[in-house]
Amino acid sequence: MSFAFYLISALTVAGGLAAVLLRNIVHCVLALTVAFAGLALLFLQLDAQFAGFAQILIYIGAVAILVIFAILLTRDPQVSQGKGMFSRTWVTGLLIAAAVFAVMGWAVLASAPALPNETSTPSVTVLQIGDALMSRYILPLEILALLLTAAIIGAVIVAMHEKVRSK
Amino acid sequence: MIGKADQIFVLLQHWIMGFFPPAWQAVVGILLGVVAILIVFPTLFALSVLLERKGLGRMQNRYGPNRVGPCGILQPVADAVKALIKEDIVPFKADALVHFIAPLVLVVAVFMGFAVLPVGRNMVLVDMDASLLFFFAMGASTELAVFMAGWSSHNKYSLLGAMRAVAQMISYEVPLLMTTVVVVMISGSLSLVKIVEAQNHFSGIFPHWYVFTPWGLAGFVLFLIASMAETNRSPFDLPEGESEIIAGYFTEYSGFKFALFFLGEYVGMLGIAGLGTTLFLGGWAAPFAFLNWVPSWFWFFAKIMLWICFFIWMRGTMPRLRQDQLMNFAWKFMLPMTLINLMVAALWRFVDEAWLRWAVCWIIVIGAYVAMGRMGMRRKRIAPRRYRYAE
Repeated sequence: MSFAFYLISALTVAGGLAAVLLRNIVHCVLALTVAFAGLALLFLQLDAQFAGFAQILIYIGAVAILVIFAILLTRDPQVSQGKGMFSRTWVTGLLIAAAVFAVMGWAVLASAPALPNETSTPSVTVLQIGDALMSRYILPLEILALLLTAAIIGAVIVAMHEKVRSK
Repeated sequence: MIGKADQIFVLLQHWIMGFFPPAWQAVVGILLGVVAILIVFPTLFALSVLLERKGLGRMQNRYGPNRVGPCGILQPVADAVKALIKEDIVPFKADALVHFIAPLVLVVAVFMGFAVLPVGRNMVLVDMDASLLFFFAMGASTELAVFMAGWSSHNKYSLLGAMRAVAQMISYEVPLLMTTVVVVMISGSLSLVKIVEAQNHFSGIFPHWYVFTPWGLAGFVLFLIASMAETNRSPFDLPEGESEIIAGYFTEYSGFKFALFFLGEYVGMLGIAGLGTTLFLGGWAAPFAFLNWVPSWFWFFAKIMLWICFFIWMRGTMPRLRQDQLMNFAWKFMLPMTLINLMVAALWRFVDEAWLRWAVCWIIVIGAYVAMGRMGMRRKRIAPRRYRYAE
């Protein structure tokens, strides 16, 4: 573990914590993007270029913007909802978060012995990922494509319906 | 074939690197590249601002700047000095931290894109496999900066401008990405260096640029339109529509921070022009085989400046779009065209007979364009308009 790793993970964790603890909801989103950027840097540090750039492109470029749109279109960000920082169902939330963390931690720990001891880091280029997607994993890719197409058509139908009704 | 003049900057870099101990040389080399980018592109920014003010002036039948220096060529210097010595005003209600960070994020993200642009033979700062992806990842980060600027100003005009800008950039990012996918499909690489190399061949004296193929031409035109929208250029300059919302997301910025936004906008323009040049116009490749003796970096910058001139010309020619026209154009025309273009590129890749694929691809591209244009126009009643008050 290098110095860069600790720096990036500190940034990511700080971003994540700020996203949960800040009062102004737009600040929360901006903090969340810091966490996203930190994750992307972690991917890049592991030489996973494709995952890193996709992380920036999709999470910072699209997801964060989507969240911002959702916030600004639905309520006034200056007014914090509720009284305290904790919602009423924080116990349930904590339980769910702990369960998810436990499952992920278990999966990571269980996967470590399953792999043979690799001394050198495997280098996976973007070219190889592309080749694998187009040959070995073509079926999952096609299924995903179908799903996304269905989502796009669904979105268009939802939007069209609204327009017809408003006339 | 590769002359001294062509590699002069590479040789210069190695010469300077030679003064340092071997352990430092890699770092010094990268630093030199960064410094070169930070000098060259802001200089081009100053040049294109001057060109724009002069050119627009000519198009609007006036002189443009002509007071500072001979023929007004020192105007950018005067502008820079003015921006630097102006007071930096932060609105009382503004979110000071976000207000401060926004222009920095914008400028940093915009400059990062240049790291992967090959500006000449062997002249690229970072030659990575996924450089196209990197460029777009950096481009996507500018949207956030724009939103931060608009939101933190705590001004309705700023927020409106930011929302317009973000909506527009998201809408046009889809066709922008999709047009570049055709190039990736044909060249089989996400690396901009390899894409340029794939285009740097000649049959006779004519180059093999992608713009000279049916899918390439369609992709090029779509890319050009989307790049204008992506950089908020006229006719897509609604985010800063001065007649409606003052200056959009940077209404509340003054002095140096405003200058940073200005810089970010123009450098972003140069960046996207560079990307378009690399993808469709052969990057640093010479336009004719007998012009190969001219240094490669000259061609790259010449093409970029040509692209900027086109942007200026468009700004002087086209009126601003309306918001609904903007969105309709993106989703009902650009997106279907890019999808059809993807299929054309796939056909081009897999049909072997040369004349057949030329014919089929041209027919599909032109047919799709005509059909889509007709369908878009069908609903609209276009007739001479009579204005009561003008009669």
